[in-house]
Amino acid sequence: MPKNTEQDRLKSPLAKARGHGSAHHGADHWLHQKITAIANVPLVIWLVYSIVDLKGASYGEFTAWLAAPLNAVLMILLLISTLYHARLGTQVVIEDYIASPCLRTAKLIGIRLFFFAIGVACIFSVLKIALGQ
Amino acid sequence: MMITVRKSHHSQTKGLRYNMSNTPTKRVPRPLSPHLQVYKLPLTALCSITHRICGVGLSLGTILVAAFLLAAASGEGPYNTVMGIASSPLGQLILFFWSVALYYHLCSGIRHMIWDTGRCLDKNTAMRTNYYVIAGAAALTVSTWACAIMTL
Ligand code: HEM
Repeated sequence: MPKNTEQDRLKSPLAKARGHGSAHHGADHWLHQKITAIANVPLVIWLVYSIVDLKGASYGEFTAWLAAPLNAVLMILLLISTLYHARLGTQVVIEDYIASPCLRTAKLIGIRLFFFAIGVACIFSVLKIALGQ
Repeated sequence: MMITVRKSHHSQTKGLRYNMSNTPTKRVPRPLSPHLQVYKLPLTALCSITHRICGVGLSLGTILVAAFLLAAASGEGPYNTVMGIASSPLGQLILFFWSVALYYHLCSGIRHMIWDTGRCLDKNTAMRTNYYVIAGAAALTVSTWACAIMTL
């Protein structure tokens, strides 16, 4: 931390904290990345098992499978966990490589919108199939 | 006006250094630390960047997941189209790379979480666990595809 100068005395606590550390956000980000990582492990194993099981499934077979409550619930949990995890993960990648503040902010907004849109599209589709056409 | 030039080697500003008569001269290029082009990547660094590449690849892959689910929700015709693509050689190739990326990222991610507890961080253990991560990802990929082919 820089020494307290007359100028610093007039700064708000936020202005002093900015750029010097996590200001609590970093720890949250890290924690959520790990929580979703833990949740992802059983969920993706279930997904791969299901894909192998369903290979070449007809439309009727696939929709019947996804309409089973357990499968629909696991699928929605998987989508929320992995997409949130992916948003947090790609955010770190952008923060590491994009130096220009303007471009960086644009990209950070972009990935939030991107993963949110993907999530809505996926979950809507699952619900539509699960709850009947 | 007098300009004071500090004696420290950080005294160049904006790439200019000042000589005795305070006229700027061109900055003398200094040696930099080794760059990626000349740095032989150790396996541990390679494994680390692969975790990131797989993570970003999987993130882009969510577009295909959304396309599949949207098609399935749109009806039998669109579903048959995407299932046809997924079953084609190109689709199977994409699925193969997807499974490799997923399993590598999974094994490497578990190692990340072990590291987060402060364990296995020394150089030699990191080198040994590189092989566990690679072997784990390979074993999971092979057994998944063996199951898929045997149950055809
Ligand atoms: C299979 C279960 C998964 C596990 C156990 C897992 C674990 C992890 C962990 C622990 C990290 C943080 C690494 C660090 O601390 O630097 C991470 C980063 C990341 N993950 Fe995952 N992950 C999984 C699945 C996924 C999926 C399905 C996606 C994409 C849809 C994804 C995308 C990412 C991205 C983009 C990063 C950031 C990479 C980086 O910062 O280098 N992960 N993952």
